[in-house]
Amino acid sequence: MNGAGRPRPQGGIDLLAWIFMRVSGVVLLFMVLVHLAIMHIINNIEVINYHFVAERYATPFWRTYDVVMLWLAFIHGLNGVRVMIDDYVSSRGWRVLSLASLYVLGFVFLVLGSLVVLTFNPAHPF
Amino acid sequence: MQVTLKIRRFNSEKDSEPWWGEYKFEAEPTDRLLDALNHVKWYLDGTLTYRRSCAHGVCGSDAMLINGHNGLACKLLLKNLGNKITVEPMRGLRVVKDLLVDMESFFDKYKAIKPYLITESPEPEQERLQSIEDREKFDDTTKCILCGACTTSCPSFWANSEYLGPAAIVNAHRFIFDSRDEGKEERLAVLNAAEGVWRCRTIFNCVEACPRGINVTRAIGEVKKALLFRRP
Repeated sequence: MNGAGRPRPQGGIDLLAWIFMRVSGVVLLFMVLVHLAIMHIINNIEVINYHFVAERYATPFWRTYDVVMLWLAFIHGLNGVRVMIDDYVSSRGWRVLSLASLYVLGFVFLVLGSLVVLTFNPAHPF
Repeated sequence: MQVTLKIRRFNSEKDSEPWWGEYKFEAEPTDRLLDALNHVKWYLDGTLTYRRSCAHGVCGSDAMLINGHNGLACKLLLKNLGNKITVEPMRGLRVVKDLLVDMESFFDKYKAIKPYLITESPEPEQERLQSIEDREKFDDTTKCILCGACTTSCPSFWANSEYLGPAAIVNAHRFIFDSRDEGKEERLAVLNAAEGVWRCRTIFNCVEACPRGINVTRAIGEVKKALLFRRP
């Protein structure tokens, strides 16, 4: 059957959000386990210092790894809060306010985090 | 056995707050909860109000919150409920009187998913045939009796009364997966909207509540998958 003459279905964002939550959840499970293993089991707090991070970030692999993990985890969490606001904040004013502050804060922290990881330069310590 | 029925009473025309009525009487362990409610209404307090019709678990009229779980009063025996039984109206719907809630919005949502056969192709000369395998795909969801136990046990519905709720989705599933039906796209469009199937958080309360043993969360999952893999 073709969809000719029928209104386009709405609410595609919720479908995408639903898939994203599942995919990011599975990917994060493995990424976070690897992250925990390297930072807390294989290496301990005495080994991890500025030099350790600089060495790690000399390769693009770990930078990419950390940025991907940051984005996935952050958007996964943001979407979780968005869904809770959707469920429990029914008054329009509070809803707009809470969603707006969520998106603004989310954007700021996401940009800040990405800047730190991507612009880190061991040759120019702060 | 001696039973104590603790019933949450409320008359929307008189009371400002709900109150608890306690009724003690002698009953058979094999009596159903509905028999106990009838006993209260017929011999102890005639003002008690509740819905019942067939009294055999088919019409879906007497769903209520029993000892904290949704169920049909006509399908539960007193011996399985204990000596002290708490009965409340289903949650999330407006209480009209005592255990009787306003089901209007519940049925509006049922109507929204178009619970009838939709066809476009020309009528065949005989019946629209269906294989046993195709019938099996929606067998579980044909069992729904629209009692409301699932929808009123759903925290997503309590939080947002605009959510279609499990019962409506189950009945949409019954037609979406019916090989004879051609209204799949129309129904999926309703379920894909903001108050549709994505409000389900997979809490499984509906599965526990369903007196017909329908695997509601599975049906909702199948609708989500149908939306995911559908070709526009």
